[in-house]
Amino acid sequence: MSSALDHKKVTPPAPGAGRGRGTLASVLRLRELPVLIALAVLVLVTYLINPLFLSPQGVKDLLLNATIIIILAAGQTLLIITRNIDLSVGSMLGLVAFGTGSIFSSMPGIPIVAVFAIGMAFGAVLGAFNGILVTVAKVPALVITLGTLYVFRGLNNAWAGGKQFFAGDRPDAFGALSVDTLLGFPIITLLALAVVTAAAVYMSGTRPGRDLYAIGSDPDAATAFGIKVSKRVFLAFLANGALAGLAGVLYASRFNSVGATTGTGMELTVVAAAVVGGVAIFGGSGSVAGAALGALLLTTITSSLTALRVDKFWQQAIVGVLILTAIIIELVASLRTARKLRISEARNV
Amino acid sequence: MVQFIQPQRCGYLMQQTYSPRSGPSGEGPRPVLSLHHAAKTFGPVVALAEGTIEIQAGEIHALVGENGAGKSTLVKILAGLHHPDSGDFKVSGESVQFRHVGDSKAAGISVIYQEPTLFPDLTVAENIFVGRQPKGRLGLISKAAMVREASMLFERLGVPIDPTRIAEGLSIADQQIIEIAKAISLDAKVLVMDEPTAALSGVEVDRLFAVARSLRDRGTGILFISHRFDEVFGLCDRITVMRDGRYISTHRTIDVAVEQIVREMVGRDIGALFPKVAAEAGDVVLQVEGLSRAGVFRDISFEVRAGEIVALAGLVGAGRTEVARAVFGIDPYDAGEIRFEGRKLKAGDPQAAITAGMGFVPEDRRKQGLVMNLSVARNVTLTLRNKLATAGLINGAAERRAAEEWSKRLQVKTGSQEHAVSTLSGGNQQKVVLAKWLATDPRLLIIDEPTRGIDVGTKSEVHRLISDLAGRGIAILMISSELPEVLGMADRVLVMREGRITAELDRADASPESVMHAATSSAGGTP
Repeated sequence: MSSALDHKKVTPPAPGAGRGRGTLASVLRLRELPVLIALAVLVLVTYLINPLFLSPQGVKDLLLNATIIIILAAGQTLLIITRNIDLSVGSMLGLVAFGTGSIFSSMPGIPIVAVFAIGMAFGAVLGAFNGILVTVAKVPALVITLGTLYVFRGLNNAWAGGKQFFAGDRPDAFGALSVDTLLGFPIITLLALAVVTAAAVYMSGTRPGRDLYAIGSDPDAATAFGIKVSKRVFLAFLANGALAGLAGVLYASRFNSVGATTGTGMELTVVAAAVVGGVAIFGGSGSVAGAALGALLLTTITSSLTALRVDKFWQQAIVGVLILTAIIIELVASLRTARKLRISEARNV
Repeated sequence: MVQFIQPQRCGYLMQQTYSPRSGPSGEGPRPVLSLHHAAKTFGPVVALAEGTIEIQAGEIHALVGENGAGKSTLVKILAGLHHPDSGDFKVSGESVQFRHVGDSKAAGISVIYQEPTLFPDLTVAENIFVGRQPKGRLGLISKAAMVREASMLFERLGVPIDPTRIAEGLSIADQQIIEIAKAISLDAKVLVMDEPTAALSGVEVDRLFAVARSLRDRGTGILFISHRFDEVFGLCDRITVMRDGRYISTHRTIDVAVEQIVREMVGRDIGALFPKVAAEAGDVVLQVEGLSRAGVFRDISFEVRAGEIVALAGLVGAGRTEVARAVFGIDPYDAGEIRFEGRKLKAGDPQAAITAGMGFVPEDRRKQGLVMNLSVARNVTLTLRNKLATAGLINGAAERRAAEEWSKRLQVKTGSQEHAVSTLSGGNQQKVVLAKWLATDPRLLIIDEPTRGIDVGTKSEVHRLISDLAGRGIAILMISSELPEVLGMADRVLVMREGRITAELDRADASPESVMHAATSSAGGTP
């Protein structure tokens, strides 16, 4: 096949799809575009009303708030694209965050890198547990991870009891990760960006990554095609767990206290971020970058509504409207495809 | 009576490199694919008793046979989906044993189904290269190279499809072309097309055939499965006939006539199996006049009398079930009229049809006819809920009594009325469906494929039951794809082909040949 690369350039066969127009059209077709526009409008409007919103400290806060959700949303995207889901991410994050506090407390001299490695490995084990249950028991991931949400949370409760670890228990260099900046970006945000980039490249540029899309697009066809569906789905759960572990360690760096209830309810924000970012809830399409943008949009809305002095109670309703909007956009897009199909069939008859 | 113009065949006659010979074995050049004496059973059901096929490089080989002749099973064996219980399978002279689809693909066999399964969210180019995308720098997938190679494939096929669009919304015809492009990029030696034209328009069929011929001329062996004789005779070099899961014969197309193929497809003893009790036909119960639905069926007119069994025969996809569904009010229709016992029946309203006195036993019992997890009693009384209810609540004792009575009358074999229907055998499930409708005291029963998936022993029991019902004055409209069933049971046979009734045959005139002819060729059988 590689010899085919040297062949002469072939004109694009689609009628009326010139190169220049094609690029513009493909930008306009981007699933991430609506969320990008929404984010830009939101930031602009808030800035015009309250210019402090975009001060260096303001931007830093926006990014810091989004970082942990971005990492979790990237992991969740791997799963949603395969028609799976992991609702236990909040509980996994809680366990790892508490574990991080406990490690620093019992081994004060431990290198920070080692803590990251342990946290991600711990998360990977939890994720693998979900993955095994889903792929071996063949029970929908929604049900399995709803169960492990409570199991992991229960473990956390039993382990922590009423105990909490505070920032003072941890080395200063660890806390500095979420205070210090590089080129204006908090260190942990840069870490999150690196993770998102790696996940995005994996999803769009490697065969196993593309397999995940194929699995979500049509699981039966994927099996018939010879794609190792169980293996791929299991690995996606494992990777999601490792990312939740990373998020848990970062949580311990960013926030003052970690205890039995750390991360409670976070799974819904994460799934919402992915959906708002254009990841189709029924699998097969969407991107890690879109989910990251969705996470940024959701956390920015909260900050922006606060900056605009909108009542806190309205904020959740607005997030809800955003999710519904994302789903409606999805629906309209698929209806358009269906109509196109009818037209093309009518032409052929 | 029937003439087929075969302008394309001279093409291969001039091309001497691959000259297909007649006969299933031996005398020609070494076949690229050969399967001998393959058998496949599923539990007690013999799907394939003796499957034999030989495909030469550079020929288009037709596989024909009635519904249930074993063609699909044979195709699935070639595709690696089914593992034959026995048989001798060779590709390019080497014995092979496929464990899964990947093995078949690796051996150079590509199978294109009637409705291809593409990944709807992936682009056309990706669908062609799933799992073997060309890689560029850093070992990452090169989208540009993928699109370029896909474009070249489409150019070679002479079909303009945009490789960058997603597969969702593509017509079936385009999806098939994409599957063919995939096969070419895999360097397939054998291309199997399972009824590829069933869902295509005329223009699309021509395009597909042009592609098939150009592949043949490059040395690909093509197995073409079709119900349409004009296509088989217009396109194919050789024809293999199957019947009842067995290999019957292989002919060169130029040596054989349609009549002979039809004879070989149906040739068997009929009649003794299903004794129809003679019954006087009474008044007209159902009268259908000029019924049409755009793209589905056209100008359908017939009537069914009390005590009469009318069979709707034809091939799968001819529109028989669609007509029945329209008559019963499940689907709408565009034009025409349905009269039941003289009164016009409201369109698109199954409840009105039931109230008028109609019953409908669908083809797929598991999905449409029964609630599999409910008990036998509940299923039998499903249609009776209103009659059995007092003040809106169903009376349990009355329900049990009604269920017991009907189960006894139809001899449903079940341990208890409370057992879930899913535990019964296919034949007994069918009896439960029949009981369900009989309990409503219908004057007309529409039965779609009454014995599909029912073992031979129970089959005749179901037949006797239907015949008995007709004897009691119920009008029966039966859809069946099994010729013996049609010929054995029906007082009158309506044959459909591509959405139209092409023949109406009395019991005396109905023969395997006459029915098959009306079902397959546009020229024959029209009264």
